[in-house]
Amino acid sequence: MALLQISEPGKSTEPHQRKLSIGIDLGTTNSLVASVISGVPTILSDGEHRLIPSKVLYDENEVLIGHDIPEHKNIISSIKRYLGKKLKDIDTHALPFKIDKEREDIFIQTHQGLKTPVEISSEILKKLKQIATERFQDDIFGAVITVPAYFDEGQRQATKDAAQLAGINVLRLINEPTAAALAYGLDTKKEGVYAIYDLGGGTFDISILRFSKGVFEVLSTNGNASLGGDDFDQIIKHEIIKQNTLEHLNSEDHEKLNNIAKMIKEKLTKNDHLNEHLNFKNHNLNVSLSSKTFENLAITLIDKTIQCVKNALFDADLNVTDIDGVVMVGGSTRMPVIQKYIQQFFKQSLLNDLNPDEVVAIGAARQAQALSGQSDDDTLLLDVTPLSLGIETMGDLVEKIIPRNSTIPIAKAQEFTTYKDGQTMMKIHVVQGEREKVSENRSLAEFILKDIPPLPAGAAKVRVIFQVDADSMLTVSAEELTTGNKTKVEVKPSYGIDDKSIRKMLEDSFINANIDKEFRSLAEIVVEANQIIELTEKAITEDGHLLDENESHSIHKSLVDLKKEIDLNDPQKIKEAIDMLNNTSTSFAEKRMDRSVRSAFSGKNINNIDY
Amino acid sequence: MAISLTKKAAERVDKYLKNRGKGIGLRLGVKTTGCSGMAYTLEFLDQQNPEDVVFESNNIKIYVDPKSLVYIDGTELDFTREGINEGFKFNNPNVKDECGCGESFTV
Repeated sequence: MALLQISEPGKSTEPHQRKLSIGIDLGTTNSLVASVISGVPTILSDGEHRLIPSKVLYDENEVLIGHDIPEHKNIISSIKRYLGKKLKDIDTHALPFKIDKEREDIFIQTHQGLKTPVEISSEILKKLKQIATERFQDDIFGAVITVPAYFDEGQRQATKDAAQLAGINVLRLINEPTAAALAYGLDTKKEGVYAIYDLGGGTFDISILRFSKGVFEVLSTNGNASLGGDDFDQIIKHEIIKQNTLEHLNSEDHEKLNNIAKMIKEKLTKNDHLNEHLNFKNHNLNVSLSSKTFENLAITLIDKTIQCVKNALFDADLNVTDIDGVVMVGGSTRMPVIQKYIQQFFKQSLLNDLNPDEVVAIGAARQAQALSGQSDDDTLLLDVTPLSLGIETMGDLVEKIIPRNSTIPIAKAQEFTTYKDGQTMMKIHVVQGEREKVSENRSLAEFILKDIPPLPAGAAKVRVIFQVDADSMLTVSAEELTTGNKTKVEVKPSYGIDDKSIRKMLEDSFINANIDKEFRSLAEIVVEANQIIELTEKAITEDGHLLDENESHSIHKSLVDLKKEIDLNDPQKIKEAIDMLNNTSTSFAEKRMDRSVRSAFSGKNINNIDY
Repeated sequence: MAISLTKKAAERVDKYLKNRGKGIGLRLGVKTTGCSGMAYTLEFLDQQNPEDVVFESNNIKIYVDPKSLVYIDGTELDFTREGINEGFKFNNPNVKDECGCGESFTV
C-alpha cells in the first residue's frame, strides 16, 4: 500500500492526485534529488547514496548512471559543461570522449551511436526521477531544476530539453544560489539582504539576494570559474613536494599526490596539526602541516574569493554592513579557514549548519513543493540577466535595452528611428554583452523589419520590445509605429556560452572601459558628422542656387575639412569641424528656412497665423 | 475504541512537528472520494475545531472529526519502510476492501 506523508492543514489531496514534486540539483560532478516529505525537505537516496555521480555509460544493451557504472570503463562525465553548446564553442583537443567533428552541434560517440549532451543529461535526470518514483511508489508531478546563475538562454533551454526527454515536467528552473537561500528558509524571515558564498570543487560563485515583500530578487552575481577546492589541494600538494623534495614526477604520481593532498585538506578541517607518514612510490612520505601553515598558504586563494565578493557588493551598490546573512554552499566551505575569513569579512556568523553539498537540492525541493501548490509557502523567485541585452545601432554601437543584473521576468521597450531618408527596412541585430562595440559582444539573433513607410530620416518610429521570461528565455519583437505595421519576430535562444566566457566578457568590459568610452564617443560623433554631411550635400543639390560664391566656397571647404577629420579619428577635432560646418552653413539654412516659411505662409495675412 | 500511534510513528510525528516549528498535533480523517470509496487524510493541526474528538497516544495529540471517526475508529497509525520508501500506514480494522495502492478503501 502507498505510504502516506503528513500534509499541511487543508492541503490533503485526492487519492491518486498527490502532486509529488521534486527538486533536482543537476551538477557537473554530482547530482541530487530531494523532496519535501511531511514538511521536511529530504534528500532522496537510491538506497545507499545521496550523491549521484553525474556520469553516464552507454553499454551495448543498457545505459548506466553514477554508482551503477563498473570502474575502468569508457565513462562520460562532466557533460554539464557541454550542455547548450556548439562544437565551435569548445576545445575539442582535451575532450574525455570522442565526438563527431563533421557536425555543428556536439555529438558524442557511444556504443549506442551518437548522443548529444542533452540526451546524456537526460539519462542522469531519468535516474534521479527513478529514485523519486521508487521512493514514493508514484508518479512525479513536476520538478524544479537548478542551474548556475550564469547559464544563458541556450543552456537553460538545453536543460529543459533534457528534462523533457527524461519525461520530467519542469515546474521551473531556478538559480543555484537562490535555491541555497530557500534551503535556509530565508524567505520566512521578514526582509533582508543575503550573500550566498558557493565554493565548489572547481568553481566559485557569489550572489547577493534581497528578500522583500515576499519576493526574492538576485541583486548581483560574481565569481571565478576556475577557482575551487582543487586549488586548495594544489597548495597542499606543493607543500608535500617541498617538504619531501620530490622530483621527476609523472602524471600518475601527480594524481596520487592530488588524492593525498585532498585527504590532508579534509583531515585539517578537524585537526589543528597533522603529522602523516604515508607510502608513496615505495618511499616514506612525511607531511607535517598545521592549520596555521595551511592558512598562510591559502590566504591568497581566499583573498581572490573576497575580491569577487567585493565586486558583487559593488554591483549591488551595497556595503558589507548591509548584508543580513551569509549562506555557505559547496563542499569546500567546510574548510575552517574559509569559515574564519568569510566570517571576518562579513563581521557576522555564517549560515552553515546544513550539509553544503545538499543545500541547493533542498532549496529546489522547497520551491517545487511551493509551485505544486502544496505548501503555504508561495515564494516567488526572481533571477537576473547575467549579461546586458541590446541591439546594434549606427556606427557599430550597442544600445543596451535590458541591462546586466536586471531582475527577470522583465519586458522593456525602446523606440528607434530610421537613419536615412526613405529607409524601408531595418536590421534588428540582438546582442548580449557589456562592450560598446557590436563585434566585441555576443550575437544572439538577427532579423529584418520590412515595410517601413518611406519617410524622411528620423520620422519613422520602430518600437523594439525585449522580453525575458522567468526561465530567462528571450523574445524580441519590433513594431513600426507611424503606420501601425506590426512585425513580431521571435528570437530563438542561441546555444553556446559558458560561465567562463561570461566572466571573461565582464572582465574585458571592466579592463576596456576607457577604450570603450573613447570608441563610443568617436563612433557617435562620426555618425553625427556623416549625417550632417549628407544633409548639407542634399541641401546644396536642392537649393545650391541660393548661395553666393563666397558662401558656397566656405561651405564646401568646411565639408572637405570635416570629411578629412572623420578619417583622423579625433572626436574633439571632428566636433570642431562639425561646429565649423554648422557656422558656415547658418546663413544657408536661414535662407532655406525663409523661403519655405514664405511658401508655407504665402497668401496668408500675418494676423491669421496661429502660433 | 480509540485512535493510536505506534511508538515509531509518534517519534516521527514529533520530529516533523518540531521541524515545522508550529502545530499542536495531528489530524486524521477520511475523504469521501477515491477509486475505492474513501481516502485517508493526514495533516498537521494548528487549530482544533470544537467538534473534534481528541486522542493522545505516545505523547502525540490526535484530532479526528466525528464523521471521520466512524470509519477509522480503532485505527493504529504506523510508520514503516518498504524498500527505499518510508511513510505512514493506517492499520484500520474497519476496512473491508482497499484499492491496489491503499490510498482509498471501503468499509
